[in-house]
Amino acid sequence: MATATSLHPDSLLGELAEHARALRLDSLRMIHKRGAGHPGGSLSAAEIVAALYFHKLRIDPARPDWPERDRFILSKGHAAAVLYAALSRRGFFPREDLDRWGAVDCHLQGHPDRRTTPGVDMTAGLLGHGIPVGVGMALAARMQGQAHRIYVLLGDGECQGGVLWEGAMAAAKYRLSNLTAILDYNDVQLDGAVHDIMPLEPLIEKWRAFNWHVLEVNGHNLRQVLEALDTACEIHGRPTVIVAHTTKGKGVSFMENRAAWHGMAPDAAQLARAEAELGRRP
Amino acid sequence: MSAMSIREGYGRALAEYGQANARVVVLDADTSSSTLSSFFASRFPERFFNVGIAEPCMVDMAVGLALGGQIPFVNAFAALLSLRALEQVRTSVCYARTNVKLAASYAGVSDFKDGPTHYSITDLAIMRALPEMTVIVASDAAEAARWVPLVAELDGPAYLRLSRGSALPAGTEGMKLEVGRGLTLRAGPDVTLVGTGTMVGRCLKAADELASKGIAARVLEIHTLKPIDAELLCRAAEETGALVTAEEHSIVGGLGGAVAEVLSAGCPAPLERVGIGDRFAKTGPSPEAVMDAFGLSIESIANAAQRAMARRRAGR
Repeated sequence: MATATSLHPDSLLGELAEHARALRLDSLRMIHKRGAGHPGGSLSAAEIVAALYFHKLRIDPARPDWPERDRFILSKGHAAAVLYAALSRRGFFPREDLDRWGAVDCHLQGHPDRRTTPGVDMTAGLLGHGIPVGVGMALAARMQGQAHRIYVLLGDGECQGGVLWEGAMAAAKYRLSNLTAILDYNDVQLDGAVHDIMPLEPLIEKWRAFNWHVLEVNGHNLRQVLEALDTACEIHGRPTVIVAHTTKGKGVSFMENRAAWHGMAPDAAQLARAEAELGRRP
Repeated sequence: MSAMSIREGYGRALAEYGQANARVVVLDADTSSSTLSSFFASRFPERFFNVGIAEPCMVDMAVGLALGGQIPFVNAFAALLSLRALEQVRTSVCYARTNVKLAASYAGVSDFKDGPTHYSITDLAIMRALPEMTVIVASDAAEAARWVPLVAELDGPAYLRLSRGSALPAGTEGMKLEVGRGLTLRAGPDVTLVGTGTMVGRCLKAADELASKGIAARVLEIHTLKPIDAELLCRAAEETGALVTAEEHSIVGGLGGAVAEVLSAGCPAPLERVGIGDRFAKTGPSPEAVMDAFGLSIESIANAAQRAMARRRAGR
C-alpha cells in the first residue's frame, strides 16, 4: 500500500492553501454583504472544506445528483458561507449568487438547503443531524454496493447534544467504514468557550468508547488533513472521526478565539481590516 | 369478536410488500415485537434496522436511507415519533422533503395498559401542521394493510397512524382507497358523521342508533387528514347542514380542527367535535373502556349528531 504522503506534493498543498484563503475572503464578504452569518466557524473550517471540495470529494458540478458522488453533510450548518463559497468556486452555481445570499428569491438559504441549492446533499442548520443522516446514507450505499463515501463536518458545540451520539452508536453497530466525520474543534461556541459552557473532554476517549477509529490533526495543516482523509479510507470495519483542532475565526487576528464573532457580521471597516490580513483574493 | 389488530394488519402487509418492493427498508426502535415490524424483520433481516430506543436517530437514519434511494418505514409508538423525534420529522423529513414513511403505532389511547405517558392524542394536530406531510389514519386492520403499498408509492413524507388493538370494522374492503379522497360509507340526508381511524366503526354504530330514532345519518371516513377532502366535506355540509367529527385524539387540532377549517372557509354549518377533551385521559382496562370514559362512546356520537341537528334548526 502506498503511503498517503506521497500523494500530496507541495504544489497541491499550496493550491489548497490558496483555496482556503479564498474561501475565507468569500465567506467574510458574503457575511458582510448580507449583514448576517457565522464568520468564526466558517473561518475555522476553511482548510477542511478546501481539502474536501478541491481534492478529496468525488463530485461533478455538472451532475449534482450523480448517484455515485461522494456525499457531504455540513452538520454544523451555521458555516453555510464557507460551503456556499466552495460550491460556487467548484462551479455548482454562479459566483454572483453569493452576493444575493439571503434574498427571498435566491436559492441560498440562511443554512444549507438540499432542495434549493445544487450540490447540497442534505439540509442542515439545527445541530446534531449530520451523523444519524450520514449513517442512513452510508447504509444505503452499502446495500446498493456503491463505493462512494459519506463525509460529515461536525461542530464541537453540537457534540453537547444527544442525537449525535445516538448516531455514533448506530454507525459503530453497522461498522460503517464508508462514513467519515471531521470534527471542527475550535473550542468556541455562541456563549463562550466550549470547555466552559459544557466540557467535551475527554473527547478522543469518548469517540473511541463509541467504537470509532479516531485520528487527531491540526485542522489548519493541510498535509495532516489530507493524510487523515486518506487514512480514513483505509480503516475497515468501523467509522472514522478526524478530530481537527482548529482556531475559531482563523486568519483574522481580531476574530480568532472570540465568541463574539461566532455569529456577527463584520462592518465595512472590519471587513477591510480582515481583507488586509488575509491578502488579495486569488 | 376478536378482529385482527390494526398493528397486525399493518405488520403482515409490510412484510408482504417487502417481497414486492426491494427498495423498502424498515427501522424500529426496540419495539418491533409491539409494532409488529417483526414480521418484516424476520423475513428480510438485511433490510431491517433496529436502532434501539433512539427515535430521533432512527428518523434521521431513515432520512439518509431515503436520500440513498430506499423507501424507509420508520416504526415506533406514535407519541415518540410525534414528540421526541419531532424536530427530525419537521426538519429532516418535511423541510428537506425526504421520502420517509412514519408508521405511528399505538396511537390514541390504544396503549391502555401503559396509560397517558404512552397515549398519543396530539399527534394528528402536530403532524397536520407540518408542510409537506401527508397524514393518514387507518380505520381497521384490513385498511391498514391496504395503506402499506399506497404509502410506500406516495412521493414524499407520510405519517400513517396505527392502533395497537382492533377496531369495529369500517368495511372499506371493496372501496377504492386513495390518498386525499374521503369515503362515503353510508348515504343519508339528515346529518353527517365524519370519522377517522378507530372511530369510523363507532360512527357506523352511531348511525344505526340514529336510524332507530328515524334519523338517516351520512357516514364519511376521512382517512387522509392532509390533504383533506374538502369537496366531500362541503358537499356533506351543504346537503345535510349538520356535522359531527369523531376521532381518538384531542378535540384540539385533529380531525375536528381540520373539518372546522374546511367548513369555515367555504361551507359553514354547525359542527360538533367528538374527541378527548383538552386533557390527558387516564389508564384503563381496555382501549374501548378508556374511549367510552373520555367522551368517545357510540352514544356520544349519536348525541352530538342530535345537538348538531338542533343547532341547524335553531340557525346557530
